[in-house]
Amino acid sequence: MAHEAVIGLECHIQLRTRSKMFCGCPAEFGAAPDANVCPVCLGLPGALPRANHAAVAAAVRLGLALGCEIRGESAFARKHYFYPDSPKNYQITQYDRPICVGGSLPVEIAGVERRYELERLHLEEDSGKSSHPVRAGDRPFSLLDFNRAGMPLLELVTEPVFREPAECAAFLAALRRLVRWLDVSDGDMEKGQLRCDANVSLRPAGAAALGVKTELKNLNSIRGVEKGLAAEIARQRRLLEAGGPVGQATLLYDVEHDRLAVLRSKEDAHDYRYFPEPDLPELRVEDSVLEEARAGLPELPWARAARFVARYGLSACDASVLCEQRELADYYEACAAVAEGRLAGSWVMTEVLRVLHERAGSIGDFAARVPAVRLGGLVARVAAKEIPGPLAKQVFAWMLEEEGGVDELLARHGVRAMGAATDLRPLVLEVLGEHEGAVAQYLAGRSRTLDFLVGQVMKKSRGQAAPQVVQELLAAELTRRAAGEAPGRAPGFAP
Amino acid sequence: MSGGELWRLPARSLAEAVRAGTCTALEAASAGWDGPGARWERDVHAIAHSDSEVRAAGAGAAPPGPLAGVPVVVKDNLCTRDYPTTCCSRILAGYQPPYDATVVRRLREAGGVISGKGNMDEFAMGSSTEYSCYGPTRNPHDLARVPGGSSGGPAAAVAYGLAPLALGSDTGGSVRQPAAFCGVIGLKPTYGRLSRYGLVAFASSFDQVGIFGRHAGDVALLYALLAGPDPLDATSRPGPPPDVSGWDGGVEGLRIGWPANLWREGVDAEVVAGLEEAAAWLERAGARRVPFDFLPGEYAVATYYLVATAEASSNLARFDGMRYGYRDPESPDLHALYTRSRSAGFGAEVQRRILLGTYALSAGYYDEYYLTAQRARARIRREYEAAFSRCDLLLLPVAPTLPFRLGEKLQDPLEMYLSDIFTLGANLAGIPGLSAPVTPAAGGLPRGVQLLGPDDGEGLLLRAARALEVQGARARLERSHEVEFAWPTKR
Repeated sequence: MAHEAVIGLECHIQLRTRSKMFCGCPAEFGAAPDANVCPVCLGLPGALPRANHAAVAAAVRLGLALGCEIRGESAFARKHYFYPDSPKNYQITQYDRPICVGGSLPVEIAGVERRYELERLHLEEDSGKSSHPVRAGDRPFSLLDFNRAGMPLLELVTEPVFREPAECAAFLAALRRLVRWLDVSDGDMEKGQLRCDANVSLRPAGAAALGVKTELKNLNSIRGVEKGLAAEIARQRRLLEAGGPVGQATLLYDVEHDRLAVLRSKEDAHDYRYFPEPDLPELRVEDSVLEEARAGLPELPWARAARFVARYGLSACDASVLCEQRELADYYEACAAVAEGRLAGSWVMTEVLRVLHERAGSIGDFAARVPAVRLGGLVARVAAKEIPGPLAKQVFAWMLEEEGGVDELLARHGVRAMGAATDLRPLVLEVLGEHEGAVAQYLAGRSRTLDFLVGQVMKKSRGQAAPQVVQELLAAELTRRAAGEAPGRAPGFAP
Repeated sequence: MSGGELWRLPARSLAEAVRAGTCTALEAASAGWDGPGARWERDVHAIAHSDSEVRAAGAGAAPPGPLAGVPVVVKDNLCTRDYPTTCCSRILAGYQPPYDATVVRRLREAGGVISGKGNMDEFAMGSSTEYSCYGPTRNPHDLARVPGGSSGGPAAAVAYGLAPLALGSDTGGSVRQPAAFCGVIGLKPTYGRLSRYGLVAFASSFDQVGIFGRHAGDVALLYALLAGPDPLDATSRPGPPPDVSGWDGGVEGLRIGWPANLWREGVDAEVVAGLEEAAAWLERAGARRVPFDFLPGEYAVATYYLVATAEASSNLARFDGMRYGYRDPESPDLHALYTRSRSAGFGAEVQRRILLGTYALSAGYYDEYYLTAQRARARIRREYEAAFSRCDLLLLPVAPTLPFRLGEKLQDPLEMYLSDIFTLGANLAGIPGLSAPVTPAAGGLPRGVQLLGPDDGEGLLLRAARALEVQGARARLERSHEVEFAWPTKR
């Protein structure tokens, strides 16, 4: 019997706020162990939490972007489990009254957009970090670092809407783009700013009821999500095909060794004993806060991509590449304001992205070096055929290192753009004169000889000629000769 | 004023003497220890942690504020950076917090000096101060009897003269009941009026810092200095706290609710007589007696113990031997470390309540117990609101009995729980309550009565406490034939 997988995701998004979820400690990554701690995030006796309103605002912002219902009143709850890196042995989270309910995230897979429905978004605090260093000769020991304890997290729970691991990977990538787009998180999976757990079950294809699910933890890269889910689906499929049941369990996936390990089975499932957090009043989101957040919401990436297609004539694929990052889309759009949209798009995608990739830089740093209007100016000249492509690429390279506009750069480097027919015509005639044999061959029907002639003109121009213009000039001149006309001025090439 | 008599002074007079230079802050702060402390403390054992050097440092740093040099005993569940804070539990052995509770900070800023950390029932769970890991506190009026609890240490210390004021905590009556047993005034403010930041939590939605004093005016002063919103406590009540400066304004015309039903059942005759006396005194001072039906009854006890133990089981989860306090030294693995540290670190009563609360929150029982109790709690609160539409204050016993003997109720935890029946209503409803002494019972045991007020009714409660204080003094004069003649000052 064929089985299909049903997958739901739980994504933890570390919110980019200045302070932690329930205290004033700095919410930063990479400080010395236990540098950012206080009685509240250490859970010392007598200390009390207070909700960080910036984290609440971030939750509202993401909730609005996802089309969730934002609850005017929600509540915190305590989730109990004993672990050394849990300072209070309970986590403050939201349980039966989350701040955001419903909503969906549009994801484009192979050019097709699909919306994946969400169950909820809720605020919670992170735990500290345990590490278990191994040192030869030592008794085993563990180290605890509480810098992460109390960091603000937003947990996003999807409905069980995925069938394929690849969908989950695409969803996660789209979520990462969105949280960065909205400035609610840095979304760096390597730094744990975006983490993912998955619930997976298999059922006979077409069946309505869900099978027994397992929970897969530690899917902390997009590749890990895809590979881990594939491994778990394969494992469950083997079990089912062998006629055995799938046991309810929590598993860990080790992406390096592509291995699954059972963390705990149903018998050791936790009873979290949730109950309303008595130290925090109801969390209220006033209408004014909601309106402010709505007004401050940027155009969302999928809407912007659609607009790029409609307005600038970009392909859907190019538009979505340019909308991968808000700063990149902004840069492109500023470019397109002064140059033709499609050409601007191809310049940003090929040249700008190449430089970013080579230099591992951010679009922000790049824009500081080459502002969009500066690049746009160059692209506009290319579009007007005033500057040939190869020269434009050279100008672009100079732009990265030097100040000045297109003309200034050309002048500084002693180069004159030879885009215009009047500039190139003497060179064309010169080349035709020098290569009478080739001309004869062309006229005899060997059309490939034209490429040779173009190359000769390019050489004479020291690469500054626009090949397309050269080709047009040559072809026109040769056509005239074939018609028996004397070399001379042709209509259409008037200065 | 001779140094030997400073401890007798009300807090207000003592602070005035310090500000006027009549005595130093150190003399004021030490007076209780030098005087009655030397005679009483060994027998009463009101104090869990004290240190004369730390006290001297506190006196040296005390600003000349409204409490300049005034010693205040602070219950051992309020965080102090210069004394251990252990909740009188082995599991917090040696723990000294890196910060002061908000009320402690405000106390110091007003010039107050911590006299010592008051003994208490472990984690404030108890009504007799017998469940302290340091041993029990005894009632200074009869050393064979308990001082009440859980704030028995602070109450006893104020009663015997160690300090004119003390801070306790009241989760189900833990300030009012020991105040009654020790013959002093005990105020439990409206929930949220005194910051809980730095009060080691027992049951967060009930816990409230309370004040002990020998005089209504002293209690009013300390309340005014400590009350008010605290940004560090999200459950603190917003807006300015009630004005208690009119504490000496009398009770003329106030409607005092008199419990017309139920409460006599199981209540000691001496307690009933004390309540009759208080009602008579208040009437003599111009108040009116208005009958009302005492509401909570046994449902309140059940409701309270369900919610309070549930919260306690959660609040006490953090004591695990991992980061501070007692840790079992021999555990072979993590699970053993947790279970052994907690089994050895917590006393029997605390373990009992953790187990009860854990059970009430367990999957499958939560709706039946916790949610039902929360609904009952909301109803109890509405019933109190209804009562306050007809009365300004309610008069009730504090406890059904006079101070009992040490060990008398240790074998029967349920009976100990039921003795909270009159006090825990205020904690369920979040309203303020106060216990004030009346004439001692035959045999000299203190007797107190309880007054409950509506939200922010602290001013009314203190006016009533003052009226009882004045009427009590008058009654003492009337009984005495040895009143000193008021000599003319010029002779």
